[in-house]
Amino acid sequence: MIKAEHEIHQRRKGRNVGVGLLLAALVLLILALTVVKVTRGGFEPAFTAGEE
Amino acid sequence: MTDTSFQPHEQEAQLGDYFALLKPRVMSLVVFTALVGLLAAPTALHPVEAFAAILFIAIGAGASGALNMWWDADIDRIMRRTRKRPIPSGQVTPNEALSLGLALSGLSVIMLGLATNLVAAGLLVFTIFFYAVIYSMWLKRSTPQNIVIGGAAGAFPPMIGWVAVTGEVTIEAWLMFALIFMWTPPHFWALALFMKSDYDDAGVPMLTVTHGRKSTRRHILVYTALLAVLAVGTAFTSIGGPIYLAAALVLNALFALGAIRIARRTEEQSIADDYVVEKKFFRLSLLYLFLHFGAIGLEALLAPLGFGGWS
Repeated sequence: MIKAEHEIHQRRKGRNVGVGLLLAALVLLILALTVVKVTRGGFEPAFTAGEE
Repeated sequence: MTDTSFQPHEQEAQLGDYFALLKPRVMSLVVFTALVGLLAAPTALHPVEAFAAILFIAIGAGASGALNMWWDADIDRIMRRTRKRPIPSGQVTPNEALSLGLALSGLSVIMLGLATNLVAAGLLVFTIFFYAVIYSMWLKRSTPQNIVIGGAAGAFPPMIGWVAVTGEVTIEAWLMFALIFMWTPPHFWALALFMKSDYDDAGVPMLTVTHGRKSTRRHILVYTALLAVLAVGTAFTSIGGPIYLAAALVLNALFALGAIRIARRTEEQSIADDYVVEKKFFRLSLLYLFLHFGAIGLEALLAPLGFGGWS
């Protein structure tokens, strides 16, 4: 198996981990926002099944 | 045999370099003033919504900073104050700055709209457009009134914070906007006085060059006087109160004193003491804005306890 261990990979690894953490934080924030808005009743379905 | 070894880019940017593109010090001011605008509003957001609002307002401000750095890379290279920025120093390419600025602009506006309302998102997109296009691409290099009009970009955050909660632009939002708008010219003209040739070398038409340094000193005094009337008057509105009034009276007295001293000095006096009065005025201007908005925030926080405001 080829192991690519160049100094630049170490530098990029730090950057990529940082970006990954930022994206994960964004996903968590969107999840939290969704929970807040849905549980507050701000989300109204357009219709319910069975209604005319 | 051909050498196929990989040549690493010695200046490859780290995350910190991309973050520097966003002008973190400006972002911290935006966070603070937007937070005060949000707190001063008569109703409240859920803490998660409030956090998201402030975050995306700050990211929007950062995005416009990146776009400004992309456009101003040529003059940033010349000016001492900006030579070490990520693009002139070679850490980040102009295209990367442009891409980051555009991507974060889109993200921040969409997310602010989803987290709060479309009016706040609309104001944010206008703020980014105003700073990146109207100020950076047009006004900055074409008129000595660049700072006066361009200062509006920095004045929007507290208004956006307020609108994120209320959904509408009211007189209180305009007062907070006006406070920063009128503060910006004396703040930047004091800087221009002691930065001397930095703006001139880059060909930026600052008032110190187009109308002279004596005229700039008089302009600082006039704007400071107008700012004082506005700032103290704000004390008697719904975002003011006794704490704000006390802070405004003291700060505006000090600011006016500083402006009078600047107006009375000659260039020879200023050069002789290395612009000590102008530098002191500039430092005071930072405290001025921080304490005015801090007082507005304090009034808002104390109001539910029965202490804030005039009630």
